[in-house]
Amino acid sequence: MTTREVTITRPRPLANVLVPGVLVGLMALGLSVAIVRYIGGLGAASNLNDAYGWGLWISFDLLCGVALASGAFVTATAVYIFGLERFRPILRPAILTGFLGYLMVVVALLVDLGRPERIWYMIIHWNPHSVMFEVGWCVMLYTAVLALEFSPMLWERLRLEPFRRIIEALVIPLVILGTTLSTLHQSSLGSLFVVMPERLHKLWYTPLLPLMFWLTAVAVGPAMVILESTISSRVFRRGLEIDLLGGLAKVVPVALAVYLGVRIGELVATSELGLAFEGDLDGSLFLIEMIGGVILPMVLFSLPAVRRSSGWLLVSALLVIGGVIMNRFDVSLVGLARREGAGYFPHWMEFAVTLGIVAAGVTAFGLVARNLPLFEHDESG
Amino acid sequence: MTVAMLFDASKCTACRGCQVACKQWNDLPGEVTHNTGSYQNPQRLSADTWLLMEFHEVETGDGLKWGFRRRACMHCLEPACVSACPVGALQKTEEGPVVWHGDRCIGCRYCMLACPFDVPTFTWDRGLLEGALIRKCQFCVDRLGSGLEPACAKTCPTGALLFGERGDLIAEAHARIDAEPAKYVPHVYGEEEVGGTSILYVSHVPFEELGLLPLGNEPVQKRSEDLMTKATPSVLVGMLVGLGGLYWVVKRRNRMMAKKTSDTREDREASS
Repeated sequence: MTTREVTITRPRPLANVLVPGVLVGLMALGLSVAIVRYIGGLGAASNLNDAYGWGLWISFDLLCGVALASGAFVTATAVYIFGLERFRPILRPAILTGFLGYLMVVVALLVDLGRPERIWYMIIHWNPHSVMFEVGWCVMLYTAVLALEFSPMLWERLRLEPFRRIIEALVIPLVILGTTLSTLHQSSLGSLFVVMPERLHKLWYTPLLPLMFWLTAVAVGPAMVILESTISSRVFRRGLEIDLLGGLAKVVPVALAVYLGVRIGELVATSELGLAFEGDLDGSLFLIEMIGGVILPMVLFSLPAVRRSSGWLLVSALLVIGGVIMNRFDVSLVGLARREGAGYFPHWMEFAVTLGIVAAGVTAFGLVARNLPLFEHDESG
Repeated sequence: MTVAMLFDASKCTACRGCQVACKQWNDLPGEVTHNTGSYQNPQRLSADTWLLMEFHEVETGDGLKWGFRRRACMHCLEPACVSACPVGALQKTEEGPVVWHGDRCIGCRYCMLACPFDVPTFTWDRGLLEGALIRKCQFCVDRLGSGLEPACAKTCPTGALLFGERGDLIAEAHARIDAEPAKYVPHVYGEEEVGGTSILYVSHVPFEELGLLPLGNEPVQKRSEDLMTKATPSVLVGMLVGLGGLYWVVKRRNRMMAKKTSDTREDREASS
């Protein structure tokens, strides 16, 4: 294993009480709102309406959640398929982030679905023409794959060596399946909006939406690993693998460049690029997303100096993450035309559920990091 | 035979008998509404209002005219909602009506976004116990089964709403336009739009004034169905095989390299 720089910071007693307190508070609030929603219906806890059938929960918890969980498949593919063993030290945290991300998506779905108790109906009632059908199956299967990829940490802790061996023997097929399911899932979230050619603004609508969603997911995967590593290096006072993160970050400008090329190329081919410069809301959002969330981080991540600096790595990663979040909101919420007079802004209870789920994810990460062999493990693991 | 309805906006007096008949037959409760200065009431379709008469004021060469529009499910020949529903809770029947099955709906609301006519509506006030679901006009399938026409068409006193076989109604629509070319817009809305609909319109005012927007003649779900039936299986098989092959190639190369030199791993990774 490579040597790590160990930073020693003084204990922060206030933060040690405050942070868990806030997390528990947010989770309790989210849970209370969920109860209101289950008793009174979606209308009681949200501003969703017949013109805005999907809101914050689908745009953020589902679309951003899945995109931001892509660090798991990007890192697993790098280590197991491309044989880049060097990245193994950041593999487990990346898989945990992905696994928790998917669990958070499932929890959000259980709040957002009109009939959460029927979430499993897709297993028995099939409509293979429906993009949502593919989305549902990918969530189910990939969450299961992530659970298995995560499980060795549990088996090691519980000293259940036979179980760990079984997963170890299956890890290559699992990763191949996981990468395939991720690709299908990331892209199919874009495909969801291909059925709305009249509704979705031309700056975002293209039959290539699945490719766009997949490329941005690949770009945001390493960015999320950088974010997660930076935070956990501070919280758990461990070293930051700058050389590894810098190496993983090399993927980002490539993915962003391909994305930029396909995106702009498609808009030029359909003569719709001019819409970006009309000065309206959609055009401005598009420009901010492309310049701030794509071009700028693409340049930054290409610079060796940026890839060697923990601060710049974090800034560049946050730009990519911000760009992808903007993109998912634009496609699924802002860019969709509605009938005249219709409006939507998330109810505070919608924010409460979202915050509660994020708090639960952060808490779960902390618990796993403290109790399971997340950071230290043997090379074969 | 495909059943259909023809709505002639020029013959409609906006008595709203159809709207009331729909509520009565389907046992839908009234809604609390507010005076908005328009005769239109309620303002939009909902899970409790499956048919709504819309009142549009239309500026024409010789002054202001009323344009009334019957808004309800269009019962597309190739419905986007049926294509979008992940669990098959929406169904296109052989006879034409697009119906929903509440015992299957999971409440994902994708149909609401997929529908190019903004039709499916959701029961926002129903919690876990009441069971929320998507609802919309069912073309009175329960009446059709007994040889009756839909409640709305049965009620219409002016002949603005005709029930019949789709081919016959298209012929009737064109006959009306041909008989009075000065009066009608020369187009039957729904004959070709999004692959054809079972609700057809002829009008004396431009269709856009009635909120019937120009949509292509291709079903909106054409491209997403292509993705599902062609792209998805190819990506699935291609990636499983490709990643398996890639793993094998990389592993083999690594093993051969390891044989040649004791440790070139660092260099190789740095270059990739």
